Amino acid sequence: MKAIRYLQIEGRSVGYYALLGILGLIVAAGGLAALYMEHNGHYVTGMNNQIVWGIPHVFAVFLIIAASGALNVASISSVFNKKAYKPLALLSAFLSVCLLLGGLTVLVLDLGQPDRLIIAMTLYNFKSIFAWNMILYNGFIAVVAVYIWFMMEKRMNKYSRYAGFTAFFWRLMLTTGTGSIFGFIVARQAYDAAIMAPMFVIMSLSYGLAIFILVMMASYHWSERELGDATVRRMTNLLGVFIAAVLYFTLTYHLTNLYVTENHGVEAFILRDGGLYTQLFWIGTILIGGLLPLFLIYFPATAKNRKMISAACVMVILGGLATLYVIIIGGQAYPLEMFPGKIVESSFFDGGIKAYTPTLAEILLGTGGFALSLIMVALVVKILRVLPDNMADANVDPHY
Amino acid sequence: MKQDTDMNRRRFLGQTAGVAGLTIVPGVMLYEVQARPADQAASSSVRWGMLIDTRQCDTGCTDCVTACKTENGWGSTETKSSPEQQAQWIRKVKLTDKQTGHVQSLPLMCQHCETPPCVDVCPTGASMKRADGIVLVDKHICIGCRYCMMACPYKARSFIHEPLTDQKPHAPRGVGTVESCTLCVHRIDKDGTPACVEACNAEGHKAMYFGNLNDPDSDISKHLKQHGGEQIRADLGLNTGVRYQGL
Repeated sequence: MKAIRYLQIEGRSVGYYALLGILGLIVAAGGLAALYMEHNGHYVTGMNNQIVWGIPHVFAVFLIIAASGALNVASISSVFNKKAYKPLALLSAFLSVCLLLGGLTVLVLDLGQPDRLIIAMTLYNFKSIFAWNMILYNGFIAVVAVYIWFMMEKRMNKYSRYAGFTAFFWRLMLTTGTGSIFGFIVARQAYDAAIMAPMFVIMSLSYGLAIFILVMMASYHWSERELGDATVRRMTNLLGVFIAAVLYFTLTYHLTNLYVTENHGVEAFILRDGGLYTQLFWIGTILIGGLLPLFLIYFPATAKNRKMISAACVMVILGGLATLYVIIIGGQAYPLEMFPGKIVESSFFDGGIKAYTPTLAEILLGTGGFALSLIMVALVVKILRVLPDNMADANVDPHY
Repeated sequence: MKQDTDMNRRRFLGQTAGVAGLTIVPGVMLYEVQARPADQAASSSVRWGMLIDTRQCDTGCTDCVTACKTENGWGSTETKSSPEQQAQWIRKVKLTDKQTGHVQSLPLMCQHCETPPCVDVCPTGASMKRADGIVLVDKHICIGCRYCMMACPYKARSFIHEPLTDQKPHAPRGVGTVESCTLCVHRIDKDGTPACVEACNAEGHKAMYFGNLNDPDSDISKHLKQHGGEQIRADLGLNTGVRYQGL
C-alpha cells in the first residue's frame, strides 16, 4: 500500500471545458430566471396562494439534504475510523459544502424579498425551525470548512477526527431540522408527523451518497485515474442499504397514516387518486428511486458494471426529486381539512385539489442551483489537491 | 413678514381649535377615554375578537368581503396575477354537509389565534401578535419565505405576486411579502369597528359581532356566554379570536 497523493486534475481537456461550459450555461440561465422573478414578482411562476412552495423548493430541499448525505464518506472515515474511505474524505467534504451552497442559493433567490437576506441573518425568532435552519446551514458550512482545513493542513491532521465528529453530529441536526420544517406543520394533513425528521435524515444519506458516487466515478473516469472496484463496491453496498431504509421509512409513514381515519383522504390522494402525484410516488419514488436501483446494485450481472451503477445513482437522484415533489407540492395540493364532513366551496379555492404548473423560470432556477453545486465541485478538483491520484484497490486497502 | 403671517395664522388656528374643543369636549370625552393614545402600547388586558353567526349569514351575500376590499384596497389591484395568485383577506365559504345536504355560509379570514402557528414558524419575527391579540405581518422585515402560509390552518394569508401601486396609507402592501386580515387594526386603534362587521350590521344582517373578549360586559362576550361559539379546527387548541355560531 502506497502513501496517498492528492493531485489536482489537469483540467485542460476539451471535455473538461465543455463540462464547465454546459454547467455555466445552466447556472447563467438560473441566474437570469432569478432576476426575472425578482423583477416581475412571483406572478411569473406557477406558484400561487394555494401552492406556495414549488419547484424551486423541491430542488433546494433536495440539494440541502443531499449535502448532508454527501458527507457520508468523510464521516465514515472520521467517526467510524474506516481507512478505506479516508482518501476520499476531502472530496466528500467539498461536495457537501458545494451542494449546500447550491441549495441555499435557490432557496434565497426564491424569497419574495431576497435582498432582505441580511434580516434573516440578523433577526431570529427562535421558535421558528426556519430560523434554526439558518444557523444550522451556515454553521454546517463553517464546521465543514474547519474539517477540510484540518484534513488538508498536515499540522492539524491530528485534530481532523474531532472536526469530523462535530461535522457528523451537525449534519444529523441539519437534516433533522430540514425534515422538521414539514414535521412541525400542524395545518396540513400530509405533514405534521414526527417521522418526517428521521425520514429526511435517511433520504439525505441515500441522495447524497448517490451524488457522491457519481461525482467520484466521473472524476476518476474523466481524469483517467484508477478507481478500484472494491472501493466502488463498498459504497454501492452502502447505498443499497440506504435505498432500502428510505423505502422502509416511506412504508412506515404511509402505513401509520393509513391507520388513522382522518388521514385516509390525503393517503387516497397520494397513493391512488392523485394523478401526477400518484404516478410520481409509485413510478418515481418506489420504482425508479427504490426498486430498480436496488436491483442494479445487488444483481450480480449489473453490480460490477460502472455504467449500471451510474444508472442506479441517477435513478436514486431522480427518485429523490420525485419524492420531494410529492411531499412538498402534493402535500399542498391536498386541501386543508377545516370542515370535516362538508363539501367546501369558496372564491379562494377552498376544498378542491390545487393545481400547480411550474413555469420555465422556476424550473431554470432549480436546475441552476444544481449546476452551481456541480460547477463548484468541478473547479475545486482542478484548483485544489482533493482527489487521490490513484484509487486502485492495491493502493488503498479497501477491505479495512 | 412671512413669519409674522405664519404666527398670526397659527395663533388664530390654535384659538379657534381651543374654542371649538371646549364646545364639544363634554360630548367627545366619553369616546376619547377609550381610544388608546398613539404612543401607548397595545394592552393585553384587551383581547379583540369576532363572533360570526352563520345562521344569519346569507349564502349570496358578500357585503363583508366588499367592505374589506374597499377599506384595505385589495381585490382589483393585482392585474397580472392569476386568480389563484391574487390576495384574499376575507372570503365567503359555502359548506354543504356530505351526509345531510345542509348548507351553511360563513366568512373566513385570519382567526387571530392566541397561539398562532404563523408567528411560531416565522424566521424573522415579521409575523407577530400584538398584546391585544391582533395577528399582523411587519412588512418591513417579511422576507417572503411563505412559511407562515404553509403553517396557517385557515389559509388566511396571501403572498403578493406583483408590484402594487396606490395603496391605502393605513394598509401598506408590498410585492414579495405576505399579508392577511389585520382586524382593521387602524380602525380599532381609533376605537372603531372592523369594516366587515360594520358593513354586515349596516345592512342589518347581524351576522358579525366585534369586541373585547376579556370584558365580560361587552356585547360579544355576552353573546358568547349565552349562545356559545365554536372555533374552526378547535382540535389544534389555538384559541382563536374569531368564533362561529351554528357551525
